[in-house]
Amino acid sequence: MRLGALLGRVLGWGLLVGFLLHPTTFARWLAPLTHDGAPAIYDQGDLWSLALAHLAIVLVATALSAVVAITLAVVVTRGPGRAFLPMSRSLVSIGQTFPPVAVLAIAVPLVGFGATPTLIALVAYGLLPIFENALTGLGHISATVLEAADGMGFAGWRRLWSVELPLARPHLVEGIRQTLVISVGTATLGSTVASKGLGEVIIAGLLSDNAAFVLQGGLVTGLMAVLLHDAAGVVLRARAADGN
Amino acid sequence: MRRYRPDLPGMVFGSVALLALFGLPFVIEKANRIVPGVALPLSQALSGGALLLLMAACAVPLLYAALTRRAALRGLAAAVAVVAIAYTLGAAATALSPLDNHVVRIAPGVGCWLALAAAALLVIDAVAQLQLPALRRLVLLALALAVLMAGLVSGHFDHVSMWREYLANADRFVHECNRHLLLSVGSLVAAVSVGLPLGLASFHRPRWRQAILTALNLVQTIPSIALYGILMAPLAALVVAFPSLAALGIGGIGYAPAFIALFLYALLPIVANTVLGLLQVDAAVIEAARGMGLTAGQVLVRVRWPLALPTILTGIRVVLVQNIGLAAVAALVGGGGLGTFIFQGIGQTATDLVLLGALPTVALALVAGVVLDALVELLERRRPA
Repeated sequence: MRLGALLGRVLGWGLLVGFLLHPTTFARWLAPLTHDGAPAIYDQGDLWSLALAHLAIVLVATALSAVVAITLAVVVTRGPGRAFLPMSRSLVSIGQTFPPVAVLAIAVPLVGFGATPTLIALVAYGLLPIFENALTGLGHISATVLEAADGMGFAGWRRLWSVELPLARPHLVEGIRQTLVISVGTATLGSTVASKGLGEVIIAGLLSDNAAFVLQGGLVTGLMAVLLHDAAGVVLRARAADGN
Repeated sequence: MRRYRPDLPGMVFGSVALLALFGLPFVIEKANRIVPGVALPLSQALSGGALLLLMAACAVPLLYAALTRRAALRGLAAAVAVVAIAYTLGAAATALSPLDNHVVRIAPGVGCWLALAAAALLVIDAVAQLQLPALRRLVLLALALAVLMAGLVSGHFDHVSMWREYLANADRFVHECNRHLLLSVGSLVAAVSVGLPLGLASFHRPRWRQAILTALNLVQTIPSIALYGILMAPLAALVVAFPSLAALGIGGIGYAPAFIALFLYALLPIVANTVLGLLQVDAAVIEAARGMGLTAGQVLVRVRWPLALPTILTGIRVVLVQNIGLAAVAALVGGGGLGTFIFQGIGQTATDLVLLGALPTVALALVAGVVLDALVELLERRRPA
């Protein structure tokens, strides 16, 4: 089972990196989807650098979302901040009904075209899963554990840092993984507002009626989402094991 | 004497609304719908008695909402403030619009948006704190929508830029709105009629369950624009092979790929929640039912099914809200819907047009969320104990 998972991982990353570095090797499988001699592989830019730009904006946005969302969750679960807990819950459930396209579209008039509106939309949209999971994680620590921590003289910051956050870690990790998957998909929409990324390939395909472009853009982002979801689980879980 | 301790969120958001209203630009005056405009504070947007009266109408309820400790009164005051701020916006737009020039646009500024959002948040917070039963929440929602509609058709907002954009596009708006609903609700109905049997089948066969859920999970990771695009090719080929399909409106671009993509995205939450709902029924309950002589089929129909229904409906809620958002992307493949305005607006850098697409999309998703939440609650209360 372990070996199978490892094999799958190696295969997945190999396929992704292989395609991005040498896309022409795969041209013959995509060629049947084109017509009138259109190119089978995206030729208006370098796939590798587009993928890196895509990955960069997703990782930066997820990191920012995680910092903001976890801080907020910590604030509303203790002290005077607790008064804001009911409001933050309703804010989260409303926020999740906001369509990502709408967030993106509303950000453009405020900050102009390019990577900035995409980053704003990704951060805003990525806050919600992390915040929600962090609330669950921080809110479901049993009172006895907290009392024991208090009894051992762990107060304030120290209790938060060495007891509560480690116990909430599985939930925090789950939230970050959800945000990663959503962000990889949402970042493709960024290309409609001139942000650099893999959405460019898909939109070029839609505009020139080239299904091969659309398919490669879609499959690469899909594969990236799955692999990031998996990698985040491995990386963040491994660190949890170190901490224990 | 008991110390007075205000409600903290009320205090903070009430103050935010007041500061935004009086400290930030209230409206933006634009020479036409595309150029960036000049930001004006409330004090320059109106003058004389009207200014004083409307400032008081906004500030008094906000102050009250910031200070009162009772959730119901705070909610009511904040709701009055929302109406007052909106009314002030309409009045300011009318006052600033020259009579003979229909190109000038008056748009709400940052202060107006922020004040409206903070006051609306106070209303929502009050409703949540009061823990109103489902039916009353629905009545409040209907009331809010009625006030909104009455305000919009009254003509008071005719000079506000977004409403002017609507008036210029009214016919198309109705058409795209219907298309949007048809896409999101139609694909939901299709997904429910396929997803329920599929969920039932994977409930009975644990081996299929993993495979089906994994496959549907993978579909969810494909970005929406890509899935729309990927479906265009086979559909176009299908129409070439069977030209009669084109008469049904099926084709490589347009409605069909958008509908199928939304259907595919909708399947996972419905199948997963059906399986989850059926699985989570207490084993003791099933045993008791079997002990009473019910057959396996009767247990499914009479016991498992009613107990699973709220969970399934929660899946339907997720799908509907998600579909309304995703349908906005359908415009990119010629599928129509409110996204048409969003992408046209982005292309023309016409903010009002973007908002004409984005705000109703958000409103539809919010209304769908509130209504289905209430339905889930009603069902849960009615389910046999």
